[in-house]
Amino acid sequence: MSVTTVEDIERSSEMGQAVLKNATDAKVVALPAAKAEVVSLSPALAKPLAQRVMSWFTPVLQNLVPPLVTVALILLFWQIAASGPQSSLPPPTKIWEEARDLITEPFYWAGTQDIGLGWRILVSLQRVAIGFGLAAVVGVLVGALIGQSVWAMRGLDPVFQILRTVPPLAWLPLSLAAFRDSQPSAIFVIFITAIWPVIINTAVGIRNIPQDYRNVAQVLRLNQIEFFFKIMVPSAAPYIFTGLRIGVGLSWLAIVAAEMLTGGVGIGFFIWDAWNSSRLSDIIVALVYIGVVGFILDRLVAAIGAIVTRGTAVN
Amino acid sequence: MSTPYLKIDHVDKSFRRGAATTEVLKDINLVIDKGEFVSIIGHSGCGKSTLLNIIAGLTPVSAGAVLLENKEVNDPGPERAVVFQNHSLLPWLTVYDNVALAVNKVFGRSKPRAERHDWIMHNLDLVQMGHARDKRPAEISGGMKQRVGIARGLAMEPKILLLDEPFGALDALTRAHLQDSVMQIHAALGNTMIMITHDVDEAVLLSDRIVMMTNGPSARIGEVLDVRLERPRRRLDLVSDRTYIAAREAVLKFLYERHRFVEAA
Repeated sequence: MSVTTVEDIERSSEMGQAVLKNATDAKVVALPAAKAEVVSLSPALAKPLAQRVMSWFTPVLQNLVPPLVTVALILLFWQIAASGPQSSLPPPTKIWEEARDLITEPFYWAGTQDIGLGWRILVSLQRVAIGFGLAAVVGVLVGALIGQSVWAMRGLDPVFQILRTVPPLAWLPLSLAAFRDSQPSAIFVIFITAIWPVIINTAVGIRNIPQDYRNVAQVLRLNQIEFFFKIMVPSAAPYIFTGLRIGVGLSWLAIVAAEMLTGGVGIGFFIWDAWNSSRLSDIIVALVYIGVVGFILDRLVAAIGAIVTRGTAVN
Repeated sequence: MSTPYLKIDHVDKSFRRGAATTEVLKDINLVIDKGEFVSIIGHSGCGKSTLLNIIAGLTPVSAGAVLLENKEVNDPGPERAVVFQNHSLLPWLTVYDNVALAVNKVFGRSKPRAERHDWIMHNLDLVQMGHARDKRPAEISGGMKQRVGIARGLAMEPKILLLDEPFGALDALTRAHLQDSVMQIHAALGNTMIMITHDVDEAVLLSDRIVMMTNGPSARIGEVLDVRLERPRRRLDLVSDRTYIAAREAVLKFLYERHRFVEAA
Protein backbone atom coordinates (compact mmCIF):
# COMPACT_ATOMS: atom_id res chain seq x y z
CA MET A 1 0.00 0.00 0.00
CA SER A 2 1.27 3.42 -0.84
CA VAL A 3 0.90 6.23 1.64
CA THR A 4 -0.24 9.43 0.11
CA THR A 5 1.56 12.31 1.69
CA VAL A 6 0.53 15.91 1.78
CA GLU A 7 3.30 16.65 -0.66
CA ASP A 8 1.87 14.23 -3.13
CA ILE A 9 -1.49 15.88 -2.97
CA GLU A 10 0.06 19.29 -3.42
CA ARG A 11 2.04 18.13 -6.38
CA SER A 12 -0.91 16.54 -8.01
CA SER A 13 -3.02 19.64 -7.48
CA GLU A 14 -0.26 21.71 -9.02
CA MET A 15 -0.22 19.44 -11.97
CA GLY A 16 -3.96 19.74 -12.22
CA GLN A 17 -3.67 23.52 -12.24
CA ALA A 18 -1.00 23.37 -14.84
CA VAL A 19 -3.23 21.32 -17.01
CA LEU A 20 -6.03 23.74 -16.46
CA LYS A 21 -3.80 26.66 -17.33
CA ASN A 22 -2.76 25.01 -20.48
CA ALA A 23 -6.35 24.35 -21.25
CA THR A 24 -7.28 28.01 -20.87
CA ASP A 25 -4.31 29.04 -22.98
CA ALA A 26 -5.39 26.80 -25.75
CA LYS A 27 -6.58 28.69 -28.74
CA VAL A 28 -9.68 27.70 -30.43
CA VAL A 29 -8.53 26.62 -33.79
CA ALA A 30 -11.21 26.75 -36.32
CA LEU A 31 -11.17 23.59 -38.27
CA PRO A 32 -11.16 24.26 -41.96
CA ALA A 33 -14.62 23.46 -43.06
CA ALA A 34 -14.22 20.25 -44.93
CA LYS A 35 -15.48 20.74 -48.37
CA ALA A 36 -17.61 17.74 -48.79
CA GLU A 37 -17.38 16.46 -52.24
CA VAL A 38 -20.74 15.75 -53.61
CA VAL A 39 -20.48 12.40 -55.19
CA SER A 40 -23.28 12.05 -57.62
CA LEU A 41 -24.62 8.58 -57.47
CA SER A 42 -25.03 7.21 -60.87
CA PRO A 43 -28.69 6.49 -61.29
CA ALA A 44 -29.63 2.86 -61.25
CA LEU A 45 -30.53 2.95 -64.90
CA ALA A 46 -26.99 3.83 -65.81
CA LYS A 47 -25.75 0.46 -64.62
CA PRO A 48 -24.89 -1.89 -67.37
CA LEU A 49 -27.78 -4.09 -68.28
CA ALA A 50 -25.87 -7.29 -67.60
CA GLN A 51 -25.13 -6.16 -64.04
CA ARG A 52 -28.75 -5.37 -63.31
CA VAL A 53 -29.91 -8.69 -64.64
CA MET A 54 -27.27 -10.46 -62.58
CA SER A 55 -28.21 -8.70 -59.32
CA TRP A 56 -31.77 -9.85 -59.80
CA PHE A 57 -30.73 -13.24 -61.07
CA THR A 58 -28.15 -14.29 -58.51
CA PRO A 59 -30.50 -14.95 -55.58
CA VAL A 60 -32.86 -16.83 -57.87
CA LEU A 61 -29.97 -18.95 -59.06
CA GLN A 62 -28.74 -19.50 -55.52
CA ASN A 63 -32.13 -20.84 -54.49
CA LEU A 64 -32.95 -22.74 -57.64
CA VAL A 65 -29.72 -24.46 -58.56
CA PRO A 66 -29.20 -26.65 -55.43
CA PRO A 67 -32.61 -28.36 -55.58
CA LEU A 68 -32.28 -28.81 -59.34
CA VAL A 69 -28.90 -30.46 -58.88
CA THR A 70 -30.35 -32.72 -56.20
CA VAL A 71 -33.23 -33.76 -58.43
CA ALA A 72 -30.87 -34.42 -61.30
CA LEU A 73 -28.65 -36.59 -59.08
CA ILE A 74 -31.65 -38.56 -57.78
CA LEU A 75 -32.88 -39.13 -61.32
CA LEU A 76 -29.43 -40.23 -62.41
CA PHE A 77 -29.03 -42.62 -59.51
CA TRP A 78 -32.51 -43.97 -60.08
CA GLN A 79 -31.82 -44.44 -63.78
CA ILE A 80 -28.69 -46.46 -63.01
CA ALA A 81 -30.32 -48.48 -60.23
CA ALA A 82 -33.47 -49.34 -62.14
CA SER A 83 -31.88 -50.05 -65.53
CA GLY A 84 -30.88 -53.64 -64.90
CA PRO A 85 -32.86 -56.45 -66.53
CA GLN A 86 -33.89 -57.75 -63.08
CA SER A 87 -35.24 -54.40 -61.96
CA SER A 88 -38.83 -54.44 -60.73
CA LEU A 89 -39.36 -50.66 -60.93
CA PRO A 90 -39.21 -48.55 -64.11
CA PRO A 91 -36.35 -46.05 -64.60
CA PRO A 92 -37.16 -42.38 -65.38
CA THR A 93 -36.68 -42.83 -69.11
CA LYS A 94 -39.25 -45.60 -69.21
CA ILE A 95 -41.70 -43.51 -67.17
CA TRP A 96 -41.31 -40.69 -69.67
CA GLU A 97 -42.06 -43.12 -72.53
CA GLU A 98 -45.04 -44.76 -70.88
CA ALA A 99 -46.71 -41.92 -69.04
CA ARG A 100 -45.82 -38.95 -71.22
CA ASP A 101 -49.43 -37.96 -71.79
CA LEU A 102 -50.05 -37.84 -68.03
CA ILE A 103 -47.10 -35.52 -67.52
CA THR A 104 -47.60 -33.19 -70.44
CA GLU A 105 -51.38 -33.01 -70.51
CA PRO A 106 -52.80 -32.80 -67.00
CA PHE A 107 -56.16 -31.49 -68.19
CA TYR A 108 -57.24 -33.75 -71.05
CA TRP A 109 -60.73 -35.18 -70.96
CA ALA A 110 -61.57 -38.35 -72.89
CA GLY A 111 -64.51 -39.89 -71.09
CA THR A 112 -65.52 -40.18 -67.44
CA GLN A 113 -62.71 -42.52 -66.39
CA ASP A 114 -60.03 -41.42 -68.86
CA ILE A 115 -59.17 -37.94 -67.64
CA GLY A 116 -55.96 -36.04 -66.92
CA LEU A 117 -54.30 -36.07 -63.49
CA GLY A 118 -55.05 -32.37 -63.08
CA TRP A 119 -58.78 -33.08 -63.07
CA ARG A 120 -58.35 -35.92 -60.60
CA ILE A 121 -56.33 -33.69 -58.30
CA LEU A 122 -59.06 -31.04 -58.51
CA VAL A 123 -61.68 -33.58 -57.47
CA SER A 124 -59.55 -34.63 -54.50
CA LEU A 125 -58.88 -30.98 -53.64
CA GLN A 126 -62.60 -30.29 -53.63
CA ARG A 127 -63.12 -33.01 -51.03
CA VAL A 128 -60.24 -31.66 -48.99
CA ALA A 129 -61.64 -28.15 -49.25
CA ILE A 130 -65.00 -29.20 -47.81
CA GLY A 131 -63.61 -31.51 -45.13
CA PHE A 132 -60.78 -29.20 -44.11
CA GLY A 133 -63.00 -26.11 -44.22
CA LEU A 134 -65.44 -27.73 -41.81
CA ALA A 135 -62.58 -28.90 -39.61
CA ALA A 136 -61.15 -25.36 -39.50
CA VAL A 137 -64.43 -23.74 -38.43
CA VAL A 138 -65.45 -26.40 -35.92
CA GLY A 139 -61.86 -26.82 -34.69
CA VAL A 140 -61.41 -23.11 -33.92
CA LEU A 141 -64.75 -22.93 -32.09
CA VAL A 142 -64.16 -26.08 -30.04
CA GLY A 143 -60.56 -25.03 -29.40
CA ALA A 144 -61.78 -21.63 -28.18
CA LEU A 145 -64.17 -23.37 -25.80
CA ILE A 146 -61.45 -25.61 -24.42
CA GLY A 147 -59.01 -22.73 -24.16
CA GLN A 148 -61.48 -20.50 -22.32
CA SER A 149 -63.15 -22.91 -19.97
CA VAL A 150 -61.24 -25.01 -17.48
CA TRP A 151 -64.12 -27.44 -17.16
CA ALA A 152 -64.48 -27.89 -20.90
CA MET A 153 -60.77 -28.61 -21.04
CA ARG A 154 -60.89 -31.13 -18.21
CA GLY A 155 -63.86 -32.87 -19.78
CA LEU A 156 -62.91 -32.85 -23.43
CA ASP A 157 -59.14 -32.82 -23.55
CA PRO A 158 -58.53 -36.46 -22.46
CA VAL A 159 -61.14 -37.68 -24.95
CA PHE A 160 -59.56 -35.66 -27.73
CA GLN A 161 -56.08 -36.84 -26.84
CA ILE A 162 -57.22 -40.44 -27.33
CA LEU A 163 -59.32 -39.82 -30.43
CA ARG A 164 -56.57 -37.92 -32.22
CA THR A 165 -54.31 -40.97 -32.23
CA VAL A 166 -56.84 -43.02 -34.21
CA PRO A 167 -55.49 -43.36 -37.77
CA PRO A 168 -57.64 -41.63 -40.41
CA LEU A 169 -58.54 -44.82 -42.26
CA ALA A 170 -59.81 -46.51 -39.12
CA TRP A 171 -62.70 -44.03 -39.22
CA LEU A 172 -63.65 -45.02 -42.77
CA PRO A 173 -65.73 -48.18 -42.11
CA LEU A 174 -67.70 -46.34 -39.43
CA SER A 175 -68.35 -43.35 -41.61
CA LEU A 176 -69.32 -45.59 -44.56
CA ALA A 177 -71.81 -47.29 -42.26
CA ALA A 178 -73.14 -43.94 -41.06
CA PHE A 179 -73.34 -42.07 -44.37
CA ARG A 180 -73.94 -45.06 -46.72
CA ASP A 181 -72.14 -43.19 -49.49
CA SER A 182 -68.48 -42.86 -50.40
CA GLN A 183 -68.42 -39.10 -51.04
CA PRO A 184 -69.51 -37.87 -47.58
CA SER A 185 -67.48 -40.67 -45.99
CA ALA A 186 -64.28 -39.44 -47.59
CA ILE A 187 -65.07 -35.88 -46.53
CA PHE A 188 -65.75 -37.06 -42.99
CA VAL A 189 -62.37 -38.82 -42.87
CA ILE A 190 -60.68 -35.56 -43.90
CA PHE A 191 -62.65 -33.65 -41.31
CA ILE A 192 -61.84 -36.02 -38.46
CA THR A 193 -58.16 -36.12 -39.45
CA ALA A 194 -57.65 -32.39 -39.73
CA ILE A 195 -59.67 -31.24 -36.75
CA TRP A 196 -57.41 -32.38 -33.89
CA PRO A 197 -54.37 -30.21 -34.51
CA VAL A 198 -56.70 -27.25 -35.13
CA ILE A 199 -58.51 -27.80 -31.82
CA ILE A 200 -55.38 -28.38 -29.79
CA ASN A 201 -53.39 -25.47 -31.23
CA THR A 202 -56.31 -23.08 -30.93
CA ALA A 203 -56.79 -24.08 -27.30
CA VAL A 204 -53.10 -23.52 -26.54
CA GLY A 205 -53.18 -20.17 -28.35
CA ILE A 206 -56.17 -19.02 -26.34
CA ARG A 207 -54.72 -20.19 -23.06
CA ASN A 208 -51.64 -18.11 -23.94
CA ILE A 209 -53.51 -14.84 -24.48
CA PRO A 210 -51.59 -12.42 -22.23
CA GLN A 211 -53.43 -11.34 -19.09
CA ASP A 212 -52.89 -7.74 -20.23
CA TYR A 213 -55.18 -8.21 -23.21
CA ARG A 214 -57.79 -9.82 -20.97
CA ASN A 215 -57.51 -6.86 -18.59
CA VAL A 216 -58.01 -4.43 -21.46
CA ALA A 217 -61.09 -6.38 -22.53
CA GLN A 218 -62.41 -6.34 -18.97
CA VAL A 219 -61.87 -2.62 -18.50
CA LEU A 220 -63.66 -2.00 -21.80
CA ARG A 221 -66.38 -4.46 -20.79
CA LEU A 222 -66.20 -6.32 -24.10
CA ASN A 223 -68.90 -8.98 -24.30
CA GLN A 224 -68.18 -12.61 -25.24
CA ILE A 225 -68.68 -12.11 -28.98
CA GLU A 226 -66.60 -8.94 -29.10
CA PHE A 227 -63.91 -10.64 -27.04
CA PHE A 228 -63.88 -13.61 -29.43
CA PHE A 229 -63.44 -11.54 -32.58
CA LYS A 230 -61.42 -8.60 -31.26
CA ILE A 231 -59.03 -10.23 -28.80
CA MET A 232 -59.16 -14.02 -28.94
CA VAL A 233 -58.91 -14.74 -32.65
CA PRO A 234 -56.24 -12.12 -33.49
CA SER A 235 -54.19 -12.98 -30.43
CA ALA A 236 -54.34 -16.74 -31.01
CA ALA A 237 -54.00 -16.42 -34.80
CA PRO A 238 -50.35 -17.58 -34.96
CA TYR A 239 -51.26 -20.73 -33.03
CA ILE A 240 -54.44 -21.27 -35.02
CA PHE A 241 -52.53 -21.08 -38.27
CA THR A 242 -49.94 -23.56 -37.05
CA GLY A 243 -52.82 -25.94 -36.37
CA LEU A 244 -54.39 -25.25 -39.76
CA ARG A 245 -51.09 -25.90 -41.49
CA ILE A 246 -50.62 -29.25 -39.79
CA GLY A 247 -54.28 -30.00 -40.47
CA VAL A 248 -54.09 -29.32 -44.20
CA GLY A 249 -51.04 -31.57 -44.48
CA LEU A 250 -52.81 -34.37 -42.66
CA SER A 251 -55.94 -34.02 -44.79
CA TRP A 252 -53.90 -34.34 -47.96
CA LEU A 253 -52.32 -37.50 -46.52
CA ALA A 254 -55.73 -38.88 -45.61
CA ILE A 255 -57.56 -38.11 -48.86
CA VAL A 256 -55.27 -40.31 -50.93
CA ALA A 257 -55.73 -43.26 -48.58
CA ALA A 258 -59.48 -42.70 -48.29
CA GLU A 259 -59.96 -42.50 -52.05
CA MET A 260 -58.06 -45.72 -52.59
CA LEU A 261 -60.80 -47.45 -50.61
CA THR A 262 -63.87 -45.46 -51.60
CA GLY A 263 -63.18 -45.29 -55.34
CA GLY A 264 -64.53 -42.55 -57.58
CA VAL A 265 -62.49 -40.06 -59.56
CA GLY A 266 -59.82 -38.76 -57.14
CA ILE A 267 -56.08 -39.09 -57.32
CA GLY A 268 -56.06 -41.84 -54.65
CA PHE A 269 -58.34 -44.06 -56.67
CA PHE A 270 -56.21 -43.43 -59.76
CA ILE A 271 -53.18 -44.89 -57.97
CA TRP A 272 -55.15 -47.92 -56.83
CA ASP A 273 -56.56 -48.42 -60.34
CA ALA A 274 -53.07 -48.11 -61.87
CA TRP A 275 -51.74 -50.68 -59.42
CA ASN A 276 -54.51 -53.11 -60.36
CA SER A 277 -53.55 -52.80 -64.01
CA SER A 278 -49.79 -52.78 -63.25
CA ARG A 279 -49.14 -49.28 -64.63
CA LEU A 280 -46.22 -48.50 -62.33
CA SER A 281 -45.12 -45.49 -64.36
CA ASP A 282 -48.53 -43.85 -63.87
CA ILE A 283 -48.29 -44.39 -60.13
CA ILE A 284 -44.92 -42.67 -59.96
CA VAL A 285 -46.19 -39.67 -61.93
CA ALA A 286 -49.21 -39.48 -59.61
CA LEU A 287 -46.91 -39.51 -56.58
CA VAL A 288 -45.05 -36.50 -57.93
CA TYR A 289 -48.35 -34.69 -58.50
CA ILE A 290 -49.47 -35.44 -54.95
CA GLY A 291 -46.19 -34.23 -53.50
CA VAL A 292 -46.22 -30.99 -55.45
CA VAL A 293 -49.86 -30.24 -54.61
CA GLY A 294 -49.28 -31.04 -50.92
CA PHE A 295 -46.33 -28.67 -50.91
CA ILE A 296 -48.40 -25.92 -52.52
CA LEU A 297 -51.25 -26.44 -50.02
CA ASP A 298 -48.85 -26.14 -47.11
CA ARG A 299 -47.28 -22.97 -48.48
CA LEU A 300 -50.67 -21.52 -49.27
CA VAL A 301 -51.92 -21.88 -45.68
CA ALA A 302 -48.58 -20.59 -44.37
CA ALA A 303 -48.82 -17.55 -46.66
CA ILE A 304 -52.38 -16.77 -45.59
CA GLY A 305 -51.25 -17.13 -41.99
CA ALA A 306 -48.35 -14.76 -42.54
CA ILE A 307 -50.71 -12.13 -43.95
CA VAL A 308 -53.37 -12.54 -41.26
CA THR A 309 -50.99 -12.61 -38.29
CA ARG A 310 -48.98 -9.65 -39.53
CA GLY A 311 -48.10 -7.62 -36.46
CA THR A 312 -49.29 -10.19 -33.96
CA ALA A 313 -46.20 -12.34 -34.11
CA VAL A 314 -43.91 -9.40 -33.41
CA ASN A 315 -44.78 -8.97 -29.75
CA MET B 1 -70.03 16.19 5.26
CA SER B 2 -70.40 15.66 1.53
CA THR B 3 -69.98 12.19 0.09
CA PRO B 4 -66.42 11.48 -0.98
CA TYR B 5 -65.62 10.97 -4.68
CA LEU B 6 -63.65 7.78 -4.25
CA LYS B 7 -63.62 5.99 -0.95
CA ILE B 8 -61.49 2.98 -0.17
CA ASP B 9 -63.10 1.64 2.96
CA HIS B 10 -61.35 -0.89 5.20
CA VAL B 11 -60.07 -2.96 2.31
CA ASP B 12 -58.28 -6.23 3.06
CA LYS B 13 -56.87 -8.49 0.40
CA SER B 14 -55.48 -11.96 0.86
CA PHE B 15 -54.55 -14.49 -1.76
CA ARG B 16 -55.18 -18.14 -1.10
CA ARG B 17 -53.01 -20.77 -2.63
CA GLY B 18 -54.04 -24.21 -1.50
CA ALA B 19 -53.99 -24.17 2.27
CA ALA B 20 -51.66 -21.19 2.53
CA THR B 21 -53.15 -17.73 2.75
CA THR B 22 -51.05 -14.64 2.12
CA GLU B 23 -52.39 -11.37 3.41
CA VAL B 24 -51.29 -8.67 1.00
CA LEU B 25 -53.22 -5.60 2.06
CA LYS B 26 -54.54 -4.86 5.54
CA ASP B 27 -57.14 -2.27 6.47
CA ILE B 28 -56.61 0.24 3.68
CA ASN B 29 -58.60 3.46 4.12
CA LEU B 30 -58.32 6.31 1.68
CA VAL B 31 -60.55 9.09 0.45
CA ILE B 32 -59.78 10.81 -2.82
CA ASP B 33 -61.44 13.99 -4.03
CA LYS B 34 -62.47 14.82 -7.54
CA GLY B 35 -59.63 16.24 -9.60
CA GLU B 36 -56.96 15.08 -7.21
CA PHE B 37 -53.70 13.54 -8.34
CA VAL B 38 -52.66 10.87 -5.86
CA SER B 39 -49.52 8.74 -6.04
CA ILE B 40 -49.12 5.47 -4.26
CA ILE B 41 -45.51 4.70 -3.49
CA GLY B 42 -43.86 1.75 -1.79
CA HIS B 43 -41.21 -0.90 -2.23
CA SER B 44 -41.83 -3.61 -4.76
CA GLY B 45 -44.03 -6.39 -3.50
CA CYS B 46 -45.88 -4.15 -1.06
CA GLY B 47 -49.14 -4.65 -2.89
CA LYS B 48 -49.51 -1.25 -4.50
CA SER B 49 -50.38 -2.81 -7.85
CA THR B 50 -52.89 -5.03 -6.08
CA LEU B 51 -54.48 -1.92 -4.60
CA LEU B 52 -54.71 -0.33 -8.05
CA ASN B 53 -56.24 -3.51 -9.47
CA ILE B 54 -58.79 -3.48 -6.67
CA ILE B 55 -59.77 0.10 -7.53
CA ALA B 56 -59.93 -0.91 -11.19
CA GLY B 57 -62.15 -3.84 -10.26
CA LEU B 58 -59.77 -6.35 -11.83
CA THR B 59 -59.10 -7.96 -8.43
CA PRO B 60 -61.90 -8.58 -5.95
CA VAL B 61 -61.49 -7.44 -2.35
CA SER B 62 -61.37 -9.94 0.52
CA ALA B 63 -63.04 -7.53 2.91
CA GLY B 64 -64.14 -3.91 2.83
CA ALA B 65 -65.27 -1.99 -0.22
CA VAL B 66 -64.31 0.56 -2.84
CA LEU B 67 -66.97 3.20 -3.42
CA LEU B 68 -66.93 5.52 -6.43
CA GLU B 69 -69.50 8.29 -6.01
CA ASN B 70 -71.14 6.14 -3.37
CA LYS B 71 -71.52 3.14 -5.67
CA GLU B 72 -69.64 -0.01 -4.89
CA VAL B 73 -67.00 -1.08 -7.38
CA ASN B 74 -67.25 -4.80 -8.12
CA ASP B 75 -66.03 -5.24 -11.66
CA PRO B 76 -63.83 -3.42 -14.17
CA GLY B 77 -65.36 -0.70 -16.26
CA PRO B 78 -64.38 2.18 -18.54
CA GLU B 79 -65.23 4.81 -15.91
CA ARG B 80 -62.05 3.59 -14.17
CA ALA B 81 -59.68 3.43 -17.13
CA VAL B 82 -56.28 1.85 -16.56
CA VAL B 83 -52.98 2.80 -18.18
CA PHE B 84 -51.05 -0.41 -17.83
CA GLN B 85 -47.40 -0.66 -16.94
CA ASN B 86 -46.47 -2.38 -20.19
CA HIS B 87 -48.87 -0.28 -22.31
CA SER B 88 -50.98 -3.35 -23.24
CA LEU B 89 -51.71 -2.10 -26.73
CA LEU B 90 -53.06 -4.75 -29.05
CA PRO B 91 -50.23 -5.41 -31.49
CA TRP B 92 -52.46 -6.31 -34.42
CA LEU B 93 -54.23 -2.95 -34.34
CA THR B 94 -52.86 0.41 -35.44
CA VAL B 95 -52.45 3.23 -32.96
CA TYR B 96 -55.72 4.71 -34.19
CA ASP B 97 -57.57 1.39 -33.98
CA ASN B 98 -56.32 0.74 -30.46
CA VAL B 99 -57.91 3.97 -29.29
CA ALA B 100 -60.90 3.40 -31.56
CA LEU B 101 -61.58 0.04 -29.91
CA ALA B 102 -62.09 1.84 -26.61
CA VAL B 103 -63.97 4.81 -28.05
CA ASN B 104 -66.32 2.68 -30.14
CA LYS B 105 -67.10 0.48 -27.17
CA VAL B 106 -67.71 3.32 -24.74
CA PHE B 107 -69.38 5.85 -27.07
CA GLY B 108 -70.66 3.52 -29.81
CA ARG B 109 -74.26 4.38 -28.99
CA SER B 110 -73.99 7.92 -27.72
CA LYS B 111 -71.85 9.52 -30.42
CA PRO B 112 -72.14 9.38 -34.21
CA ARG B 113 -69.25 8.01 -36.22
CA ALA B 114 -67.76 11.36 -37.27
CA GLU B 115 -67.81 12.61 -33.70
CA ARG B 116 -66.08 9.45 -32.49
CA HIS B 117 -63.39 9.92 -35.12
CA ASP B 118 -62.82 13.50 -33.98
CA TRP B 119 -62.68 12.33 -30.37
CA ILE B 120 -60.08 9.65 -31.19
CA MET B 121 -57.91 12.16 -33.06
CA HIS B 122 -58.39 14.73 -30.30
CA ASN B 123 -57.04 12.29 -27.72
CA LEU B 124 -54.16 11.20 -29.92
CA ASP B 125 -53.25 14.85 -30.49
CA LEU B 126 -53.45 15.45 -26.75
CA VAL B 127 -50.53 13.05 -26.26
CA GLN B 128 -48.85 14.25 -29.48
CA MET B 129 -49.39 10.95 -31.25
CA GLY B 130 -51.73 12.08 -34.02
CA HIS B 131 -48.92 11.75 -36.53
CA ALA B 132 -48.50 8.03 -35.84
CA ARG B 133 -52.15 7.04 -36.16
CA ASP B 134 -51.50 4.40 -38.81
CA LYS B 135 -48.48 2.79 -37.18
CA ARG B 136 -48.65 -0.47 -35.32
CA PRO B 137 -47.36 -0.68 -31.73
CA ALA B 138 -44.30 -2.64 -32.85
CA GLU B 139 -43.27 0.28 -35.08
CA ILE B 140 -43.17 2.96 -32.38
CA SER B 141 -40.92 3.51 -29.36
CA GLY B 142 -41.72 2.55 -25.76
CA GLY B 143 -42.53 6.12 -24.79
CA MET B 144 -44.83 6.52 -27.76
CA LYS B 145 -46.62 3.29 -26.87
CA GLN B 146 -47.21 4.58 -23.37
CA ARG B 147 -48.53 7.85 -24.83
CA VAL B 148 -51.03 5.88 -26.87
CA GLY B 149 -51.93 3.90 -23.74
CA ILE B 150 -52.65 7.18 -21.97
CA ALA B 151 -54.68 8.40 -24.95
CA ARG B 152 -56.72 5.20 -24.84
CA GLY B 153 -57.35 5.70 -21.13
CA LEU B 154 -58.30 9.36 -21.52
CA ALA B 155 -60.53 8.61 -24.50
CA MET B 156 -62.83 6.55 -22.29
CA GLU B 157 -63.59 9.79 -20.40
CA PRO B 158 -63.05 7.99 -17.10
CA LYS B 159 -64.12 9.29 -13.71
CA ILE B 160 -60.73 8.12 -12.51
CA LEU B 161 -57.63 7.39 -14.55
CA LEU B 162 -55.51 4.70 -12.95
CA LEU B 163 -51.85 4.66 -13.93
CA ASP B 164 -49.91 1.52 -13.01
CA GLU B 165 -46.21 2.48 -13.00
CA PRO B 166 -46.82 4.07 -16.39
CA PHE B 167 -43.24 5.26 -16.89
CA GLY B 168 -41.43 2.42 -15.16
CA ALA B 169 -40.06 0.87 -18.32
CA LEU B 170 -38.90 4.12 -19.91
CA ASP B 171 -35.55 5.87 -19.95
CA ALA B 172 -35.12 9.00 -17.82
CA LEU B 173 -35.48 11.54 -20.63
CA THR B 174 -38.57 9.97 -22.12
CA ARG B 175 -40.00 9.64 -18.64
CA ALA B 176 -39.55 13.35 -17.96
CA HIS B 177 -41.30 14.20 -21.23
CA LEU B 178 -44.23 11.99 -20.38
CA GLN B 179 -44.46 13.31 -16.84
CA ASP B 180 -44.73 16.82 -18.27
CA SER B 181 -47.42 15.63 -20.66
CA VAL B 182 -49.40 14.04 -17.85
CA MET B 183 -49.12 17.25 -15.79
CA GLN B 184 -50.40 19.30 -18.72
CA ILE B 185 -53.28 16.92 -19.30
CA HIS B 186 -54.16 16.92 -15.63
CA ALA B 187 -54.10 20.71 -15.57
CA ALA B 188 -56.19 21.00 -18.72
CA LEU B 189 -58.80 18.33 -18.05
CA GLY B 190 -58.84 18.19 -14.26
CA ASN B 191 -59.07 14.40 -14.23
CA THR B 192 -58.85 12.46 -11.03
CA MET B 193 -55.74 10.34 -11.32
CA ILE B 194 -54.18 7.66 -9.18
CA MET B 195 -50.65 6.65 -10.07
CA ILE B 196 -48.56 3.78 -8.80
CA THR B 197 -44.86 4.58 -8.79
CA HIS B 198 -41.60 3.70 -7.14
CA ASP B 199 -39.92 6.91 -8.21
CA VAL B 200 -39.80 9.51 -5.42
CA ASP B 201 -39.17 12.50 -7.69
CA GLU B 202 -41.98 11.50 -9.96
CA ALA B 203 -44.37 11.17 -7.02
CA VAL B 204 -43.48 14.59 -5.58
CA LEU B 205 -43.51 16.33 -8.94
CA LEU B 206 -46.91 15.08 -10.04
CA SER B 207 -48.97 14.53 -6.92
CA ASP B 208 -51.28 16.49 -4.68
CA ARG B 209 -50.90 13.73 -2.14
CA ILE B 210 -48.51 10.85 -1.80
CA VAL B 211 -49.73 7.66 -0.19
CA MET B 212 -46.80 5.73 1.28
CA MET B 213 -47.25 2.05 1.86
CA THR B 214 -45.45 -0.11 4.39
CA ASN B 215 -43.77 -3.31 3.33
CA GLY B 216 -45.82 -6.45 2.83
CA PRO B 217 -47.10 -8.90 3.79
CA SER B 218 -50.12 -7.19 5.30
CA ALA B 219 -49.11 -3.83 3.89
CA ARG B 220 -50.88 -0.80 5.26
CA ILE B 221 -50.92 2.86 4.42
CA GLY B 222 -47.98 4.18 6.44
CA GLU B 223 -48.33 7.89 5.84
CA VAL B 224 -50.08 10.27 3.54
CA LEU B 225 -48.10 13.33 2.54
CA ASP B 226 -49.68 16.53 1.26
CA VAL B 227 -47.53 18.11 -1.40
CA ARG B 228 -48.31 21.81 -1.11
CA LEU B 229 -46.67 22.98 -4.28
CA GLU B 230 -48.24 25.53 -6.57
CA ARG B 231 -49.38 24.37 -9.97
CA PRO B 232 -48.32 24.59 -12.72
CA ARG B 233 -45.09 23.01 -11.53
CA ARG B 234 -41.92 23.29 -13.50
CA ARG B 235 -39.28 20.68 -13.11
CA LEU B 236 -36.38 23.12 -13.10
CA ASP B 237 -37.92 25.59 -10.66
CA LEU B 238 -38.55 22.82 -8.17
CA VAL B 239 -34.98 21.61 -7.94
CA SER B 240 -34.19 24.20 -5.28
CA ASP B 241 -37.70 24.68 -3.94
CA ARG B 242 -37.89 24.16 -0.16
CA THR B 243 -41.30 22.51 -0.11
CA TYR B 244 -40.18 20.17 -2.86
CA ILE B 245 -37.00 19.23 -1.06
CA ALA B 246 -38.86 18.73 2.20
CA ALA B 247 -41.47 16.53 0.57
CA ARG B 248 -38.82 14.54 -1.19
CA GLU B 249 -36.94 14.08 2.04
CA ALA B 250 -40.08 12.96 3.87
CA VAL B 251 -40.79 10.27 1.29
CA LEU B 252 -37.17 9.12 1.16
CA LYS B 253 -36.99 8.92 4.94
CA PHE B 254 -40.19 6.91 5.04
CA LEU B 255 -38.96 4.47 2.41
CA TYR B 256 -35.34 4.08 3.44
CA GLU B 257 -35.27 4.78 7.15
CA ARG B 258 -38.48 3.59 8.73
CA HIS B 259 -39.61 1.04 6.18
CA ARG B 260 -36.44 -0.21 4.62
CA PHE B 261 -36.99 -2.92 2.07
CA VAL B 262 -35.91 -6.17 3.67
CA GLU B 263 -34.84 -8.62 1.04
CA ALA B 264 -36.40 -11.99 1.69
CA ALA B 265 -33.60 -14.36 2.62
